[in-house]
Amino acid sequence: MTETNARKVLDFEKPVDELQRRIERLKRDGTSSAGEIARLKEKLSELENKVYRDLSAWDRVQLARHPMRPTALDYIGCICDEFEELHGDRYFADDPALIGGLAKISGIPFMVIGQEKGRSTKEKIARNFGMVKPDGYRKSLRLMKLAEKFGLPILSLVDTQGAHPGIEAEERGQPRAIADNLKEVFGIATPIIVVVIGEGGSGGALAIAVGDSILMLEHAIYSVITPEGCAAILWKTREKAPDAAAALRLTSGDCLELGVIDGIIEEVHGAAHRDLEGNAARIRDAVLAEHEKLGKVPPDGLLKLREEKFYAMGQFEEG
Amino acid sequence: MSWLNRAKRGIKTWRKKDIPDGLWEKCPSCGEILYRKELDRQLSVCKKCDFHFRINAPAYLDILADASTFSEMDTALVSGDPLEFKDSKKYKDRVKAAIKKTGRNSAIMTGTAEIGGRPVLLAIMDFSFMGGSMGSVVGEKIVRAAKKAVEERRPLVIVTASGGARMQESILSLMQMSKTSAAIASVSRAGLPYIAILTNPTTGGVAASFAFQGDIIIAEPKAMIGFAGPRVIKETTGEELPDGFQRSEFLLDHGMIDIVASRQKLKTTLVYILDSLMSGASVRVEEDNQENDRKTISLIW
Repeated sequence: MTETNARKVLDFEKPVDELQRRIERLKRDGTSSAGEIARLKEKLSELENKVYRDLSAWDRVQLARHPMRPTALDYIGCICDEFEELHGDRYFADDPALIGGLAKISGIPFMVIGQEKGRSTKEKIARNFGMVKPDGYRKSLRLMKLAEKFGLPILSLVDTQGAHPGIEAEERGQPRAIADNLKEVFGIATPIIVVVIGEGGSGGALAIAVGDSILMLEHAIYSVITPEGCAAILWKTREKAPDAAAALRLTSGDCLELGVIDGIIEEVHGAAHRDLEGNAARIRDAVLAEHEKLGKVPPDGLLKLREEKFYAMGQFEEG
Repeated sequence: MSWLNRAKRGIKTWRKKDIPDGLWEKCPSCGEILYRKELDRQLSVCKKCDFHFRINAPAYLDILADASTFSEMDTALVSGDPLEFKDSKKYKDRVKAAIKKTGRNSAIMTGTAEIGGRPVLLAIMDFSFMGGSMGSVVGEKIVRAAKKAVEERRPLVIVTASGGARMQESILSLMQMSKTSAAIASVSRAGLPYIAILTNPTTGGVAASFAFQGDIIIAEPKAMIGFAGPRVIKETTGEELPDGFQRSEFLLDHGMIDIVASRQKLKTTLVYILDSLMSGASVRVEEDNQENDRKTISLIW
């Protein structure tokens, strides 16, 4: 995380933040005994468990969009021993909202792609708040095909509110770019591990979220539309976003129950933004475990399983 | 103020909802009053300005398929309510109302048919069923249609009309984008043509999945086609939208679709394309391979 941002705290996090500040202050002063600090730390851990477990869907949305929540590049910095970013779609542009490159994770070469929201205001604007244009989706497909060609597994980090809605995006074929990724991925014969790290927003997220192992961070969300967008259409007012968030069943627990993801990575210290390195380590361990599992499946077997996995999604009645 | 009130009782304002069963219809584009029966003969296209009225799935079936060749599949598939979704109305009630209104169980009809004497697998979306939105049923029906197309070596033709994914099925409806894409990929691998016919409107999750995966993409004139809705684009970017933005002709200009065909020419265009693609060498090779497979199998047996 960049140092320029002051600590930003959501209302429901305040008790945790206050206690943590107190502990930091006591440590700095050096007047409290080690036992006292240990006792407070234990209390902090209990408080974290309480505050970050019992949350409404709308609170979860706030956590997924937390201004301090680690982004794809934060995790890449922690998870990867090395990372060489690769740029451009070879047609038109290099979309900074979609990053990708050659990485090594615990010595294993990976192709890593991800949506990057940026952190400072300047960076957010430069990265278009993680809203990808057609050029970004074409870059991700190029990199995935490159990975397949050389037998590299793919790690995809998903974090976007949705694909960029704009004139130029439509002119350059936003629907075609997403549709292409969705179709071509069923022919990319190399293991694909997906982690939804923040917001999994609509088709813009899905375009890089089809794979063999699909995981979500505990406080990530995944939905067909933003709660605000849904509320505006179905409730006729954006103010009903908290109701829409609950109705959409967008939490990691919901997604697991509905059969659209394979697992949840629990966040340490309550939430990812409270401990980047701790949470990055959990992601790395999960990715390596999935990689080992998928490594045992031959490439055409992977394709068959991937197809069957998505064919099984959905619920209907047949009377 | 009396000039604001009706002088005579019994004068009715000409409203769209008054018209469908009537003798006359007003063209919303040019205002021409059209005789209903003549409009039907013109396939619901305004003779004056070429405006294409929205028509439902059975109407497209009549236009595209050879008479009495359509055999519908999977009519019994209906939406469940996995999320128990409720906004101002329950999702279950919305589905029930749509079934009652359209007389059909879902926003898509699928089945085998012949077009110009050629066997195809035909799927037609229906905007009158909850805005043609794609939920689990639409997704499943497309997968089954694609499987049958591959099994019987029929080209796949899909007529799209949809506002996008069905919000009431949330993440499950989003997944139908990848589910249908897997199905289209399997048709592609089998070397069979898939022709997409985009009608007004084709947007959101349907545009960003099977609508834009066609080997050939045809659109009706002036159909609204795009990913994000114009209002969302305006609100997000503050940009003024150019004239004709996200209309078929705009997409043709930007290289995103192959052909804009008026409704009257839709069938002849489709027949020509199917004939051309199906007479190509690769399809014949596939057929030969199948023939060989069958021979091999019969030898083994």
